[in-house]
Amino acid sequence: MGKTLFDKIWDKHVVQNVEDGPTQLYIDRLYAHEVTSPQAFDTLRDKGIRAFRPQKVVAMPDHNTPSDQQERIDDPVGRRQVETLKNNCEEFGIRHFDMGTHDNGIIHVVGPEKGLSLPGMTIVCGDSHTSTHGAVGAIAMGIGTSEVAQVLASQCILQSKPRTMRINIEGELQRGVVAKDVALYIMARMTTSGATGYAVEYAGSTVRNMSMEGRLTLSNLSIEMGSRAGIIAPDETTFEYLKGREYAPKGRDWDAAVEEWRLLRSDEDAVFDKEVTFRAEDIAPRITYGTNPGAGIAVDGTVPAMDEMSEAEQVQLRDMLEYMQFEPGQRLEGHPVDYIFLGACTNGRIEDFRAFASVVKGRKKADGVVAWLVPGSWQVRDQIVAEGLDKVLEEAGFEVRLPSCSSCLAMNPDKVPAGKLAISTSNRNFVGRQGPGARTILASPLTVAASAITGVITDPRKM
Amino acid sequence: MREKFDIIQSTCIPIEIDNNNTDNIIPARYLAFTTRDPKFYGEAFMHDLRYDAEGRPVESFVMNRPEYSEAPRKGVHEIIIGGQNWGSGSSREHAAWAIAGYGVRVVISNSFADIHRNNLLNCFVLPVTVSREMQLELFETVKADPQSQVLVDVPGQTVTNLATGHSESFPLNGYKKYCLMNGFDDIDFLLDNKQRIIEWESRQGTSR
Repeated sequence: MGKTLFDKIWDKHVVQNVEDGPTQLYIDRLYAHEVTSPQAFDTLRDKGIRAFRPQKVVAMPDHNTPSDQQERIDDPVGRRQVETLKNNCEEFGIRHFDMGTHDNGIIHVVGPEKGLSLPGMTIVCGDSHTSTHGAVGAIAMGIGTSEVAQVLASQCILQSKPRTMRINIEGELQRGVVAKDVALYIMARMTTSGATGYAVEYAGSTVRNMSMEGRLTLSNLSIEMGSRAGIIAPDETTFEYLKGREYAPKGRDWDAAVEEWRLLRSDEDAVFDKEVTFRAEDIAPRITYGTNPGAGIAVDGTVPAMDEMSEAEQVQLRDMLEYMQFEPGQRLEGHPVDYIFLGACTNGRIEDFRAFASVVKGRKKADGVVAWLVPGSWQVRDQIVAEGLDKVLEEAGFEVRLPSCSSCLAMNPDKVPAGKLAISTSNRNFVGRQGPGARTILASPLTVAASAITGVITDPRKM
Repeated sequence: MREKFDIIQSTCIPIEIDNNNTDNIIPARYLAFTTRDPKFYGEAFMHDLRYDAEGRPVESFVMNRPEYSEAPRKGVHEIIIGGQNWGSGSSREHAAWAIAGYGVRVVISNSFADIHRNNLLNCFVLPVTVSREMQLELFETVKADPQSQVLVDVPGQTVTNLATGHSESFPLNGYKKYCLMNGFDDIDFLLDNKQRIIEWESRQGTSR
């Protein structure tokens, strides 16, 4: 029987299968950010040990980083956390991309764009959106801080092997529909726990035709349906994207690597524990109406009505809508928004800025809407300037801020005030996610751009 | 000194919230701290549902009701009965620190998010997976009589609703059971296996 892509990479990294226990898996790349690493370094100090393979670890602050200036962090707690990362990296000999330098950015944007995440690798980080890196054809999973310490200490983790699921998306996407909409659609169909216990492989013609940026968005959101890993077989698009990147192999090494990477695909006769297929033509631009990413509808659809659901679902819907201040059966298109956010590890890449700019070009931002446009990395920001997109955006009344996780989660000054409604390209619409009491609608860069111009939730197909 | 697992018999706190994500279990603002103090995270457990914006306890929230508000101690509130898809979302181990710091030793649900489940185990909190039927029965029992007890037998891998006598076995691999019963960490295991890792690397030609 053939092997799945996930199995191939997994098997190649097995140091041992512990009897009646987990697998000891070797890790090629550990990413560390300031939030989930301090206590892991403490563990190493407690035990009096050094990092085992510091050259395989890359660290950078991103969550606490302000997006208006990067000279300083005003909040003493956040500042201390960012300083702690820097000091730990010095002490343990780990490569560190400091705040404000042009190497810095959101860890899940920087990794692929610098060629630090490569096909066939095992990649972990104390962050659930580590699934992002699976888009280059790697096993990439979020882990906890205890596991960060384990990898620092041994370059291994102990994991039970997940089951495998293939999600096929076939056909051509409608105009105005992008990878984010595909992910939000799949999530709504699968629910937020539909892929728990599984590692997902995305396949099918829609995925094959997606750009690398689109694939990174798709893999990024795997965790929102419970899957720790969302892998995509590497192909010419992947190789084209990675070639010449700062840390990607060069010259003859590159050729040898590509030859090996071409083998990284599920065998024809590979059997997945579960397989589902979606049709691209069924997917419209999407928005969420509730407080989990699976609570989504087409932008021109209506919030579900109570009579369609079980009692337990009704309780959950009532709680969500009370927080969101929406009604069952309500149409949300045309509903006023207070804040718009373009950015995060989900949609902070150059293609997302190009998409946003394509909608707002020659138009004006709606008065009264607060807009945060935050590149995912300095490299993205530099590219925005190089392409003149900053001018286009400026003319439309938008300002490009400095790279940060920004308003995706309330750990830096970009907090949405209580009660305000934000339409956002980020990944989570949880209660209080963008700030205590803040209400979040998730959408694509196109839908967010259209809404920024009109000031109300807007179908980008109608712009 | 962490307490070793054997048999736990305790009253329970019913947190009947489906998709209780880790942002709920501990809000992001507590993530900026670098401390490891369990008490600090324990106080933040379910904070924004336990307290209003002015920091006053929300009286209607289950953890603040008199019958469930007593802090966990031996035999009392050491077990949480949780909703479906417990611990989804962010990988923050702070959520497990909050549960452990509050004093809880077992979380029972019909489903756990994968990363959070591992984090709980690494923090010596036992996630016990039961059927949907048993989960609903436990909610019913505990809400009808907050003094009713649940017995979790780690060596035997069974969980019993003592009010009804309903019992189920739960999954736990032999390695992890040994860890929980002996206070043994994954990191200790890995450090003991250093030589094996070095040999693996040299076979792969990948130590650099």
